[in-house]
This record gives sequence, structure tokens and C-alpha cells, in this order.
Amino acid sequence: MTLTFTVSPDFNTKYLPGWFVVNTLLQRQLGEGIHLETFDDFDALHAAMRADQIDLIYANPFDAARLVRDHGFIAVARPHQRPDEAIIAARADGAIHAVEDLRPGARIASTDNPDVHMMSMIMIEPADLDATNVAIQLRPNYVLVAKSVLTGEADVGFFLAETFDELSATVRNQLRVLVRSQIYVISHAFLIHPRIGDRFEALQRVLLGMVNDPKGRAALDDVGIQAWDPMDQEEVEFMIDLMVALTA
Amino acid sequence: MRDMTLDDLHGDVGVEHTLTYADGFRRRIYAVEREVPFPEGRLIVSRTDPAGIITHANESFVAMSGFSLDELIGEQHYILRHPAMPAVAFKGLWDTINQGQKWHGYVKNLRKDGAYYWVHASVVPNIRNGRIVGFTSVRRKPSRSKVAECTELYKTLM
Ligand SMILES: Cc1cc2nc3c(=O)[nH]c(=O)nc-3n(C[C@H](O)[C@H](O)[C@H](O)COP(=O)(O)O)c2cc1C
Repeated sequence: MTLTFTVSPDFNTKYLPGWFVVNTLLQRQLGEGIHLETFDDFDALHAAMRADQIDLIYANPFDAARLVRDHGFIAVARPHQRPDEAIIAARADGAIHAVEDLRPGARIASTDNPDVHMMSMIMIEPADLDATNVAIQLRPNYVLVAKSVLTGEADVGFFLAETFDELSATVRNQLRVLVRSQIYVISHAFLIHPRIGDRFEALQRVLLGMVNDPKGRAALDDVGIQAWDPMDQEEVEFMIDLMVALTA
Repeated sequence: MRDMTLDDLHGDVGVEHTLTYADGFRRRIYAVEREVPFPEGRLIVSRTDPAGIITHANESFVAMSGFSLDELIGEQHYILRHPAMPAVAFKGLWDTINQGQKWHGYVKNLRKDGAYYWVHASVVPNIRNGRIVGFTSVRRKPSRSKVAECTELYKTLM
């Protein structure tokens, strides 16, 4: 049986070739056929989740929550020191210096990344803003979020912190960070379907061992991960409880 | 949990109160009229067992409460109870979470040094294999208008 592996479609596309390298390494070390299926958007991934077609996944926190709570997925590992954090930024030369300067009707450029969107929506609450009194402009990626802010189409943008930090210096210098989340415990997770639960130990050993071998380290580098930390079920449940608490 | 002493205030002026908690425990505290602002971008997180005893607190919790982690773990969460908080607010909290539901509200918390901080708090039951094994609370920066509203509302509920 060939297993299906996928990655939540929110990663930087520069890492796509890297995920194929990781997949090849997993196949070789587990001695098992694994097909890497990539989805263009969350709708396609969620359809595959509902159809029960996924065996292994590097999931964003939102997808991880659904897979664990609704489909019984098992946590195997999480990336070392790579939490998902959000940034809200405005134009550096504009009148908005703090979240509290935003007013009802604020125009916000965002992406369909549910984690970044949730964390950012929480961070605009101190200005009495929520989904009912802001105008969200959906953009396909963070470069276009930045562009919307720079052209004045949007008052602020919601960014994945890691991606914001990788924007060109020219773009970053024209933006003012109003707030950067420091939540630390919300991260992506490597999960497996309960029907392949018997592979848990072998898979965790392979993932955690990657950092100790040159090929493994190169593959990690290609997907922007330093190393894998083990993640147990209680850790993933804790992360999910925290996200449930935040989506009031 | 010991009574507060004037030494805890580090020179601030405090108003003495005796709090009686729902379980009958009484404690003397001093409330200082000084607000500590919520740290930007952070969440204050703690977990308790089903009885409300703290089992986990993150760095922001420790920093904002003024207690050390050692002083917090194993204590009742009411160590943070501020005299300006009406008992009925917490009754609502407990009734909701014991039914397995999520609760959220605005809470004024008391620090070890008598100062206070406002939070927008959510509490969720930790359900494992269908059983409530504890609770997680996550606090975020509140809006000033909600804080102003609750300040007035809570006075009417005392
Ligand atoms: C997970 C959790 C977090 C809580 N956090 C707080 C808190 O931050 N501040 C507070 O005053 N009470 C908090 N409480 C409520 C206390 O347990 C307690 O009900 C409250 O301080 C009032 O004390 P009393 O119910 O004994 O009168 C929390 C309860 C739970 C279950």
C-alpha cells in the first residue's frame, strides 16, 4: 500500500522542492511507498481530509486541530523553535502607530492562512475591532498583503511573522510593525492517521534522527526546519485547547 | 496561601481587604491603585486540575502575576482574585465550564504586589476520552471600552 503524505498549503513555495526531498528520505528510511500529494489551497486539502485520503501530514495548527479532534490523528513531531506567530503592520510613514489607532471600518489585507488570521484578529481586539466592523481584503500571498498596505488600499496587513521577516529590506523599511505575537506554543505538527499508528515509533525515530545525518540535515534545511522535537498527544491537545479558547 | 503583608507592596499604599473565597478560605490582601499594562502580543496561559488548582503557568503569567512559578503551582487560582471582582462573575465561570462549555469574560486580577491588570479571559475544559481532566485559561489584551464597561458593571454586582 502506498501511503499519502501532504503538507498544509500555507508553506512558502520556495520549500516545495524540499518537501519532495523529505518524502524521498522518509520512503527510503521507512522502506515504504509514500506519495507526496500537494494541494493548491485549503479547500482541496479539506476535501481530501473529509474523504479520509491522508496518512501523514505536516499540518498547520488549524488543520492539526481538526485532524486530531475529528479524525483521531496522532501527533509525532513538531519543528524545533519554529512557532507560528503573526505580525500586524501599517505604512511606516502613515498615521497609524499602534493597534489602538485603528478605527471601525479599518481596511485590512490578509491571506487565507487561518492561524495568522486568528492570531491577528485577537490582536486588533484592544481597538474594539472584530469581524463585524472591519473590511477584510483577501490577498493570495504576503507580498501582495504588503503591497496593499504600501499603496494605501489597506490600513494594515496581517502577516506570518516568519514570512514578514523574509520580505525584502526595501519593503520592510516602508512598513511599521504595530504588534508581533509571542505566543510560542502554537506551531505546525507532523501527524499520522490512526490506521498507520503502528508506524509511530519508526517514523518518530526517522524524523528526530534527521538532524544527526548530513542528508537529513540538508533536507531539513530545504524546508526551513532546524530539527524535529518529539510531540506527544497531550502537547497537541494542549495546543488545540488553547486555540479553542482563542476562537471565542 | 498566606496573607499579604505590607512588605509585598514595595512601598506602594494599599487598601486592606479580607477576601472570603467560595470554599470558605479567608485571606487578607492589600489592593494598590496601580494598573500594570498587558504585555503586547502576548497571551497569559495557565491550566488547572478540575478543582481549579494551578498545574501550569506560562512565562507571561508568572511575569504579570508577580509570583514565582513555584509559588503558583499547587495553589488555587483565586490567588489572583481582586476585591473589585464580584463573586457572581466567577459563579458564572464555574457553572459554564463544569457543563463542558467555554467561558469568556473580562477579569481584573490582583498581583502579588497589590497592583492589578485587566484581561480578556477565556476558559475551556480539557476533555480527554470524554472526561473533564482540567481547564485551560488564555488571557489576551482587553479593549479599554470593555474594561470601562465592566468596571461600572461589576460595581453594581458587588
Ligand atoms: C482555568 C481557570 C483560570 C482561572 N483564572 C482566574 C484568574 O485569572 N483570576 C481569578 O480571579 N480567578 C480565576 N479563576 C477562578 C478562580 O478559580 C476562582 O473562582 C475566583 O478567583 C474566585 O474565587 P471564589 O470562586 O473562590 O470566590 C480561574 C478558574 C479556572 C478554572
